[in-house]
Amino acid sequence: MGVGIEVHGLNAWYGKNLALNSIDMSVPANHVTAVIGPSGCGKSTFVRCLNRMHETIPEAYAEGSVKVGEMDVYGSGSDPVEVRRRIGMVFQKPNPFPTMSIYGNVAAGLKLNGFRNRKQMDELVERSLRLAALWDEVKDNLHKKSGASLSGGQQQRLCIARALAVEPEVLLMDEPASALDPISTSKIEELIFQLKQHYTVVIVTHNMQQAARVAELTGFFLMGSLIEYDKTEKIFTTPADKRTEDYVTGRFG
Amino acid sequence: MSDSVKPMNSPEPLGQLPKPVTSMPSLAKVEAGHRAHTPSAVLAKIRTSHPRSSRVPDQIFGVIILLSAISVFAIVVLVVWELVSKSQLSLHQFGLKFFYGHDWDPVNGNFGAMPFIYGTLVSSLLALVLAVPLSVGVAVFITEMCPQSLRAIISFLVELLAAIPSVIYGLWAIFVLAPLLRVYVEPFLAKTLGWTGLFSGTPYGLGMLAAGIILAIMIVPIIASITREVLIAVPQNQREAVLALGATRWEMIRIGVLRNARIGIVGGIILGLGRALGETMAVTMVIGNTPQIAKSLFAPGYTMASVIANEFSEATGDLYLSALVEIGLALFLVTLVVNALARLLVWSITGGTARVRA
Ligand SMILES: Nc1ncnc2c1ncn2[C@@H]1O[C@H](COP(=O)(O)OP(=O)(O)O)[C@@H](O)[C@H]1O
Ligand SMILES: [Mg+2]
Repeated sequence: MGVGIEVHGLNAWYGKNLALNSIDMSVPANHVTAVIGPSGCGKSTFVRCLNRMHETIPEAYAEGSVKVGEMDVYGSGSDPVEVRRRIGMVFQKPNPFPTMSIYGNVAAGLKLNGFRNRKQMDELVERSLRLAALWDEVKDNLHKKSGASLSGGQQQRLCIARALAVEPEVLLMDEPASALDPISTSKIEELIFQLKQHYTVVIVTHNMQQAARVAELTGFFLMGSLIEYDKTEKIFTTPADKRTEDYVTGRFG
Repeated sequence: MSDSVKPMNSPEPLGQLPKPVTSMPSLAKVEAGHRAHTPSAVLAKIRTSHPRSSRVPDQIFGVIILLSAISVFAIVVLVVWELVSKSQLSLHQFGLKFFYGHDWDPVNGNFGAMPFIYGTLVSSLLALVLAVPLSVGVAVFITEMCPQSLRAIISFLVELLAAIPSVIYGLWAIFVLAPLLRVYVEPFLAKTLGWTGLFSGTPYGLGMLAAGIILAIMIVPIIASITREVLIAVPQNQREAVLALGATRWEMIRIGVLRNARIGIVGGIILGLGRALGETMAVTMVIGNTPQIAKSLFAPGYTMASVIANEFSEATGDLYLSALVEIGLALFLVTLVVNALARLLVWSITGGTARVRA
């Protein structure tokens, strides 16, 4: 089951540049929450702060409070490795491991966590591939084909399966469909809709139709600040802030 | 290129939407064909493009490229020809026995190459054993762990190592490395690992071990700088993919970086090995120049390159000279075999993924 996310006073820097300015946001469990905004507004930075991927960039750091379920992500005793294991992430560009088979890609996270039981591993790999709606397309070539031999859309679903295999509580997706064709995109969107039964999903998108289709809640970012955060319908029909309205009606960005 | 793509753009009824799907495989084929450019395919291409007069500069360029390719081939053939023809005497006298014979006795006219082949292989292997972990470690440190400010300095120092002439390495080995080995390292190895038989006998300082170490130092810059380039070329998103799964830094380096770079690293190792097999000066100065096959690495040895360099100018008699040229032929063959084996290794590593792509 997914857990909720509580963000308070989150600031993020790249060196001296402030990229996120005091973000407060409360993401409910087992919902899909979209993050929208013009490019460069800090959407990626925001989701990367949630699983401490932000600090892997040289000179980048974040401060503030992020609680994922019971876990204090930036607490003093918190281990980024453990945080990332419990919060899965899917990136904009599909990044399967080219030297591993399809099976190896999905099992990679399990092996990292010391998982050795072959039979259980088989089951988890199948479960993850089914969840990612990829099983039927690859089940005959699990060990024969490399992750890189799949089409772009299949690769992205493989990456989703890989993230799901370690049974995270939250799944972060940074523009997961922006590099894909329309058919693959709609498959991924359908999949995101299914995933919220088991996971809390935060999805970054610059495509407003996509946000409207998959997300119950939407946050609008602008220049590192969270301008407005509400039910998706409200954001797209009767936003409270003039800047949100300008953005969703296509007057800028 | 445009010629081969043309059939795809040939007129098709506009209404047929599913067509692009059927044309996908042919695109793949075009790409595959493009990758598999053989020299004869290149020739054919040059010939077919003749009718277009605007392609004249293209043709000139093509001919120049072709000539350079042919000249490489010609040089190899000439070298082999020269080696074979100048070693006729010894080839006839000893036949195949030359390659596995153990005696090297110029006084009685008995020549066998085995001690030299052994010395070349063992010293190079020893160099690889020492240099590969060190080089990969240096490359990983430079690309993944070292603070930005140190990065350029360490890279520069590593490349500086490659610029030192081998005679300087030889001198350094005689005056610094050999005494160190004799007084500290070899007695210690004899005490702890003497039971293996690899580290026994008198610790001379000079010998196979010293040759292996000096060769290792000489090939570290080659392997390290190639490995560094290969590691840098691994896309950042591979590192992020591993990290996001909950990997430690070391796991990220192992799975996200080294695993993706392994073919390139093997390539670097092959280049380093090539240098080690052919290195002459530094090895000659430290290996002891004794044509024998000894199990202990403390014992002196001899390599193919060294014996040619040492004895060619003072070789008396045609058979002696001819035997030395045949040693050159043996070195050429050994290099060829080692390279072929290395290629086989690369092929077996990529075998899985190569089959997958097909
Ligand atoms: N690796 C980086 N180094 C320095 N600045 C960065 C880096 N990545 C992003 N930024 C800056 O942080 C801001 C937010 O970027 P980002 O979160 O990627 O925006 P978005 O995902 O909304 O397009 C931008 O101004 C961008 O220039
Ligand atoms: Mg982004």
